Amino acid sequence: MSTPFYVSPQQAMADRAEYARKGIARGRSVVVLQYADGIVFVAENPSRALHKVSEIYDRIAFAAVGKYNEFENLRIGGVRYADLRGYTYARTDVTARGLANVYAQTLGTIFSSVAEKPYEVELIVAEVGEGPEDDQIYRLPHDGSIVDEHGSVAVGGNADQISSYLGQRHRDGMTLGEALKLAVESLSRDNNGGERTLTADQLEVAVLDRTRPRQRKFKRILGRQLSRLLEGGGATVSGAEEETGGESSGSPETPGDASGK
Amino acid sequence: MEANTRSSGRLPAAFLTPGSSSFLDFLSEHAPEQLPGNRPLPPVKGAVEAPHGTTIVAATFPGGVVLAGDRRATMGNMIAQRDIEKVFPADEYSAVGIAGTAGLAVEMVKLFQLELEHFEKVEGATLSLEGKANRLSTMIRGNLGMAMQGLAVIPLFAGYDIDREKGRIFSYDVTGGRSEELGFAAVGSGSVFARGSLKKLHRDDLTEEEATTVVVQALYDAAEDDSATGGPDLVRRIYPVVSVITEDGFRKLTDDEVAEVARSVHDGRLQSPNGPQAPVL
Repeated sequence: MSTPFYVSPQQAMADRAEYARKGIARGRSVVVLQYADGIVFVAENPSRALHKVSEIYDRIAFAAVGKYNEFENLRIGGVRYADLRGYTYARTDVTARGLANVYAQTLGTIFSSVAEKPYEVELIVAEVGEGPEDDQIYRLPHDGSIVDEHGSVAVGGNADQISSYLGQRHRDGMTLGEALKLAVESLSRDNNGGERTLTADQLEVAVLDRTRPRQRKFKRILGRQLSRLLEGGGATVSGAEEETGGESSGSPETPGDASGK
Repeated sequence: MEANTRSSGRLPAAFLTPGSSSFLDFLSEHAPEQLPGNRPLPPVKGAVEAPHGTTIVAATFPGGVVLAGDRRATMGNMIAQRDIEKVFPADEYSAVGIAGTAGLAVEMVKLFQLELEHFEKVEGATLSLEGKANRLSTMIRGNLGMAMQGLAVIPLFAGYDIDREKGRIFSYDVTGGRSEELGFAAVGSGSVFARGSLKKLHRDDLTEEEATTVVVQALYDAAEDDSATGGPDLVRRIYPVVSVITEDGFRKLTDDEVAEVARSVHDGRLQSPNGPQAPVL
């Protein structure tokens, strides 16, 4: 029987962190910004079917970078967690804080378990509140820590650069169009200071819009509406509601509430 | 049952297992005790006394479907509640109205709404109308044990089929058997009278407003002959719940809109108490 080589715990953890970080850095970035009416998510993603940004619950959305199968698993886990919690208690009892906590525990346990490979993902969980001061944005790195973010945040390849770019230019109370343009500007700068042009079909954009009359505040911004916003037209989200298909389901009033009137 | 009962606080494996997009499947695997049909009932003699919801009616018109229900819940010969709502949106393009044990029905609707929403979020696409109708069928079948003890739940499911571009109605029996109804349908204790009324009043070329009036007439007829069905309560301003589903999605008519229809139906009855007359030949 051979004796295993001794590896110091510091070294082992540093190697795992390095492994995860490299995996995450390979992908394109996702940025999340607060604007006057909510939170906007912008990702560089040419695919229409494989999403980096998705809905979790009424006021909560999820964005991720890294390995697709890993964050897709976490996303579905989050949807199941939120739906079960809402079913067991009430819809208002599902919070981003609770979800972020569960994600952190999950990522942390996987990161420090020798039997598993660390997840190469970085997540953002955001919840839109009644007003901008009630918005919550949590960033969850691969190792299970939670960072409470305000204003703007970026994850993925050039996260540091993009974050500092956003940090200097983001201000409170931006309109959706302004926030979106800033996000796209930040994404289109590459490592060595050059600029690329990102068109509407290379972008995945979604918002948590607190002014949306329905219970579910998440909405994807697609097609013509996105192009119009990028060009600087003053289109509002609600103004072009009919152009967006897909995930804009109604607001099933919960039967319990309805009978209580 | 709750996500963080494990000591580590991480999501249990069941949450992260890829596969099913169904919340119902997830629940029956992970927390079967939370399924409404899964709770053992103590053995009791006879039927359990619990509030029952009564009549639900639906009628199609070119471009959509209306689904409506009266507001009464009864317990034996007593009126348990006079303003209960029994018609709910299931998702953007469908609605469900439920007759039978009110408590179970409300819970079932909640689970059904969640089932559709869950699928939509996980898959990023909505179920087809047939798919939704089949899921409801599965849920009714799961309640068969309760139904045998007198706690039956019978839904009427109506929705707008985006692919076929028309409104469709599905009715169910206690075993979950599903059948598509053409034109109109009714369930619940007053359904016999409502169906008779709908049969004489419903036509294929009704407008949305006419279809709304037809279902309110049918509920009026049901309320006249069935003690468990409530008619429009003009004194307390409690009117039937009427919802319309078209290609624009689900819309519940406001109280004022229904009040107007209910009043005109009532006024008509003041002239001819039996309602509109159909030609003999």
